[in-house]
Amino acid sequence: MKHIVILGNGIAGITAARHIRKKSDYKITVISGESEHFYSRTALMYIFMGHMKYEHTKPYEDWFWIKNRIELMKEWVSEIDFSKKQLQFESGQTLVYDQLILATGSVSNKFGWKGENLKGLQTLYSLQDLENMEENSKSVKRAVIVGGGLVGVEMAEMLHYKSIDVTYLIRENHFWGNVLQNEEANLIDHHLIHDHHIDLRHSTELEEILDDGKGHVAGVRTKSGEIIDCQFVGLTVGVSPNIQLVKNTALETERGILVDDFLKTNIPDVFAIGDCAQLRNPQPHRKPIEAVWYAGRMMGETVAKTISGNETAYRPGIWFNSAKFFDIEYQTYGQVPNENSAGLSSFYWESKNKKACIKIVFNEASKIVMGINTMGIRQRHEVWDEWLEKNRRLDYVIEHLGKANFDPELFKRYEPEIQQAYNYEFPEMPIKTSKKSFLHKVLNK
Amino acid sequence: MKLIKQTGLFLFIASFLLFLSILFLGSFQLTDEGFNQIVKSEHQEILAEGFSDIIGKEYNLSFGIVNDINAAIEAINNEFKTAQAWNQIIYDDYTASLVRVAAKGTVAENSILFFLLTLVLGSIGALMYIIPDSKLSGAAGIKNNGIFHKALNNRGWLGIMIGTFLITFYILLYFFPAYITNWIILVQPLQSLINPAATSSQWFLYGLLYTFAVLVMGIRMIIKYRHSNYQIIRTISVMFFQLSFAFLIPEILVRLNQPYFDFKNMWPLDYDFFDAWHIKMLTSSGGLGIFMFVWGITLFVIGVPALTYFFGKRWYCSWVCGCGGLAETAGDPFRQLSDKSLKAWKIERWLVHSVLVFALVMTIAVVYNFITGTHSILGLDTYTYLRKPYGFLIGSIFSGVVGTGFYPLMGNRVWCRFGCPLAAYLGIVQRFKSRFRITTNGGQCISCGNCSTYCEMGIDVRWYAQRGQNIVRSSCVGCGVCSAVCPRGVLNLENRDEKDRLNEPLLIGLQTEKEQ
Repeated sequence: MKHIVILGNGIAGITAARHIRKKSDYKITVISGESEHFYSRTALMYIFMGHMKYEHTKPYEDWFWIKNRIELMKEWVSEIDFSKKQLQFESGQTLVYDQLILATGSVSNKFGWKGENLKGLQTLYSLQDLENMEENSKSVKRAVIVGGGLVGVEMAEMLHYKSIDVTYLIRENHFWGNVLQNEEANLIDHHLIHDHHIDLRHSTELEEILDDGKGHVAGVRTKSGEIIDCQFVGLTVGVSPNIQLVKNTALETERGILVDDFLKTNIPDVFAIGDCAQLRNPQPHRKPIEAVWYAGRMMGETVAKTISGNETAYRPGIWFNSAKFFDIEYQTYGQVPNENSAGLSSFYWESKNKKACIKIVFNEASKIVMGINTMGIRQRHEVWDEWLEKNRRLDYVIEHLGKANFDPELFKRYEPEIQQAYNYEFPEMPIKTSKKSFLHKVLNK
Repeated sequence: MKLIKQTGLFLFIASFLLFLSILFLGSFQLTDEGFNQIVKSEHQEILAEGFSDIIGKEYNLSFGIVNDINAAIEAINNEFKTAQAWNQIIYDDYTASLVRVAAKGTVAENSILFFLLTLVLGSIGALMYIIPDSKLSGAAGIKNNGIFHKALNNRGWLGIMIGTFLITFYILLYFFPAYITNWIILVQPLQSLINPAATSSQWFLYGLLYTFAVLVMGIRMIIKYRHSNYQIIRTISVMFFQLSFAFLIPEILVRLNQPYFDFKNMWPLDYDFFDAWHIKMLTSSGGLGIFMFVWGITLFVIGVPALTYFFGKRWYCSWVCGCGGLAETAGDPFRQLSDKSLKAWKIERWLVHSVLVFALVMTIAVVYNFITGTHSILGLDTYTYLRKPYGFLIGSIFSGVVGTGFYPLMGNRVWCRFGCPLAAYLGIVQRFKSRFRITTNGGQCISCGNCSTYCEMGIDVRWYAQRGQNIVRSSCVGCGVCSAVCPRGVLNLENRDEKDRLNEPLLIGLQTEKEQ
């Protein structure tokens, strides 16, 4: 019986394992040095903040793996011998595979700052990082977080829970500058500063981390020379594919492990999926490396098909993502660049209380909608997927925006306001605003 | 603000300790007059000798007098048993009433003062502790910070202590009310205010405490979920139904010489609705009584299927029901303790449907008895073999002692999930004929587990969400908390067309899926 070995028990590796099991009778082994069982990495912050315990972050009960004959091994791999198709573990054991799926995930970036290995400085990616953070955040008065992205804001929230003052250094002139446009980023900035008293520093870059003389963090110096005293530094400046293990081997890598449309590497019977994979030919609307949960899951599903005998190319559909910044939820569908390139234009609406907004980007000439960013208003994935697929125009989308609303019942509905704002801004292509009857609302028609 | 909070906590703890110590205050002295007032004339002579030592004696604690009275009655009954004089045995439960008339001293004389110092001051203290959170907890949003780091919410010492207290309280309330006579006296002033002719019973005490708990903790719930209109309106709904339908209206009905009736309670939760005495009471109480009888039947025959079809069982379980009301308010701090395992689900299905069958069998027997005027069915005495065990096991132990007593240990919906026959009935309708479902949003789930963790009914919501499947489960009470705690906007409670309700799992994301 064919033996499939999967290196990494994150969402990519586990999805592959589950789908191979569904479609085949192969022997499946999943290896991880980080944790015995699959847990949701995205929930690390909730463990720290006491919303959940580790056990709650395990999406499947422990019997699931036995029942589905998916063998789990808690080992660190020290070497892969591709010619012998054999893994060497740090424990000294070895394991032979017929087909290998590399799903090793990411490592947190460090850019060679002076002092970046001091005690009290850390990144946040793994369970081990979480343990470190428990330790490092003890008796801290002020923390500095470097890097305006998703993990940075999570870390701010975590430290906030421990009543630690947070200074948040962001290189760009607004939060998540390489993804969000100005307006919606400003809304988040406002939320962080006014509602959660985060000391947010725009356009501020880290120069070095200061030593207290005993090998522990004492502060940071910014590029402008300002010194900020702190006892904790969180480095959240993005992630890179975790390819240390295979870097100087026959496996072809660039930033990540290079894979073709079928997620195959240059070595036969070796696949790579998830954060660690780099697509040689990504589709025009997708990036070669997408270190997000959803891409990992989709690659896992795709590679499982190929391995189970149904050669399938990885064809992700319309881009989507979501996050939560303290209390404000974010969702995005389609293409919203951080700045409108030539030929693109956008419609923006924001609620008066600065807790909700939408940004719709469209093609200036054709008025076809390219994508949406939304804060504080949940959108229905299915509807947006269809609209973007069918190249709907801006007026159509705004007129039917209520159909895409996914907020809970009885929530304030913003569509009338949005539609009004739209009609004011685009008098040349007005839309009808329709009010729903009470009965329609109650029955959710 | 913090000072108000701390003062509130201090007041609450002080009044709670006073409330406990009240059980040990005052004294009891049974007079001839009291004895004659309570004991039926045919028993007075029989019991006179046994009570000769009790009458006039001053007891400092309820335990002494309760034990002596029980012993005296038991002694007489034993004599009858020895003499095989079965028809003479005294079955009347005199103890609680006798202790009640015997009570004197501090509590009995100052019941208003003690009422204010315990229940009223305790509620004020609790509110002072709760309300500042609307400012102190910062911006509105999901605030489950530290839940699993707290002794109260995570089966720590505080949770265990509160559980122990609740379990003890329920056992005393249901089975040994004489021991808590002082508490019952305490609520007499309020009882008199609502109905001057009535004497407070343990049930009035219970109803009052229950209502206070729902109202005070309802305010907490509203503050905690103040960003969510669904939660706010739902909580106001359960507070309203508890205060009016469950507590005030029945009391006012009694004052107006009408039958005690909770218009929102229904069979089979209200398991003695079809008992002969109940039917007779309603049907002999004039037009309103008849209306009540018809209303009670209409509610479960037409109301349940119709409303559950349109809204799911939530219209009752998390918007109207008293048990649900307590669970959604006082029980909210414990929702994360429900067991999410597949095994628990299996136990749940067996247990809750068994209780429904039990209730059904009992009701059939009772209705048969009522129609035929008999007391037994198939040769078995209905009371001994059905009504009594049901009342004891389900009505008292399961719904009360376990259902609420175990809040801090097994979560706030133990009864609703494992025991409530009405929930089982509503659940069957919800599962098979309803427009209600929890929709999962395309492919947005990140399997974080907040939804499952905070599901009070122990549904592994994530199991469905992460495979892109609607959640259609008979047990879901539609509290909406899974949707509230989801950080990615994945879950939504909806009443929609039945057609796509039981969908095949589908995660939006890959092009190929759509083409196939």
